[in-house]
This record gives sequence, structure tokens and C-alpha cells, in this order.
Amino acid sequence: MPALPDHGKPAQGREDMLIRYFAWVRERVGLDQEEIDLPPAAKTIADVIAWLQTVDDAHGHAFADAEAIRAALDQVHVDIDTPIAGAREIAFFPPMTGG
Amino acid sequence: MAALVVRVQAEDFDPASEANRLTEGRRDVGALVTFTGLCRDESGRLAALELEHFPGMAEAQLTKIAQEALERWPLTGLTVIHRHGRITPGDNIVFVAAASSHRQAAFEAADFLMDYLKSRAPFWKKEIPVDNTSGTWVEARQSDEQRLARW
Repeated sequence: MPALPDHGKPAQGREDMLIRYFAWVRERVGLDQEEIDLPPAAKTIADVIAWLQTVDDAHGHAFADAEAIRAALDQVHVDIDTPIAGAREIAFFPPMTGG
Repeated sequence: MAALVVRVQAEDFDPASEANRLTEGRRDVGALVTFTGLCRDESGRLAALELEHFPGMAEAQLTKIAQEALERWPLTGLTVIHRHGRITPGDNIVFVAAASSHRQAAFEAADFLMDYLKSRAPFWKKEIPVDNTSGTWVEARQSDEQRLARW
């Protein structure tokens, strides 16, 4: 778990978000997953990406090209303008290459 | 309701016995289309593919895509198997089999499934070269995304 900027106490009733990483996003961040106390201002997936870019160099590198990042909210694929309220888990990864 | 089998697994599978399961003991199946995707060595360059997946979401997403196929085509059975982990050239990666009374539904459903799981199933391929240098993530192709528009 990298040292994260101190954003004070979590907003009332808001628990840490489980953030999971896959493929080159995982490699660049250097972690499979982490629990993060997201700032209250992070209301959408895009807000979370913008905030993660500022965490440290590793996160900055992983999230430098936001357009290359795809996301899933509670294991369902979502657009970056999707609100995160109520979710327990966000996953970030490159475009899928199955098949 | 048509029988649906969805599996995400590290171990290999046998395409012939998976295909047999869709026709065995039945008299209503008139068409069986199977597709097997294998790991190729890219002219000797590749030692293996590492397939990373998102456990849980992978099964859920494959099931969702398969259920859409069952709604769109009159199928008698559908099987989708996707492997993860290290896969070497010549080995199976993915299997889709669609059975129906008539060929068009079977062909189209298999084609639809492969198109969707290429870019909508949470798997990521990394090419491991024979020269032992670090691997390279396979980039999603624009053409794969465009193929979805056909459906």
C-alpha cells in the first residue's frame, strides 16, 4: 500500500473503496488491489482516475493516459462518467483482449 | 430452455467431447457449430501467452453474453469455455459451441459470441517471447471493436 495523501476523515458513512488493477495497469501501479479512502469530491469513475493520477509516480504512470483505461464498478463494465456512490469495488484495466 | 455451459478454467479441455455433449442422445439438433481458438507461436517468436483474467467478473460476463445469444437465436445448447494462465503454442485457449435445429442460428450465435468475448470478456493476453525478454501486453484492435457493430 503506497503512502496516500491525507484527506482527513472519511465522509460520514463512507467506507474505504476496494480498488483493483489488472494487466498493465496492475504492473504500473505495482499492486493487485488496495483499499482507498477516496476524497468526497470523487463522485464518478473519471473523478477517481483524475485523483489516482496524483497519488504517486506509479499511479501517475498507470493512469497517465485516461482514455486507455476501462473500468468496472462492482464487477460490471461501466463508462467513466458513472457515479460511484454505493459501490464497494472499482476495477481498472486496459481494453480487454479475450478470445 | 437450451442447456448453457460456461466455464473459466486454467486446465485444458477436449473440444471433441465438449461438442459431443451438445448432440448426444438428442434428435432435435440439426446443426452444431464449434470454434476453438488456439495459441499460435507467431512464426516461432512466442514461447507462451499469459492470460490474466478477472475472477468472478469473467464468469459473469461470459454468462451475460451467452444468455444474450440464447435470447437472440433458437439454440438447443450453448457451451463457452475460456482458459486463463500460461498457455503454450498449440494449446487451446477458447471454445464456443452452438447447437440448433438449423445452421444459420448456430453459425451466427458462435460468431456473435466470439466477437463479444474478444472485447467484452475481462481477459488480457501477454505475449511471452522465446528470447526470455519481458512480455508485451497484446493491444486491443480497433477492428475487434468495430465487429461488434455488426450485431
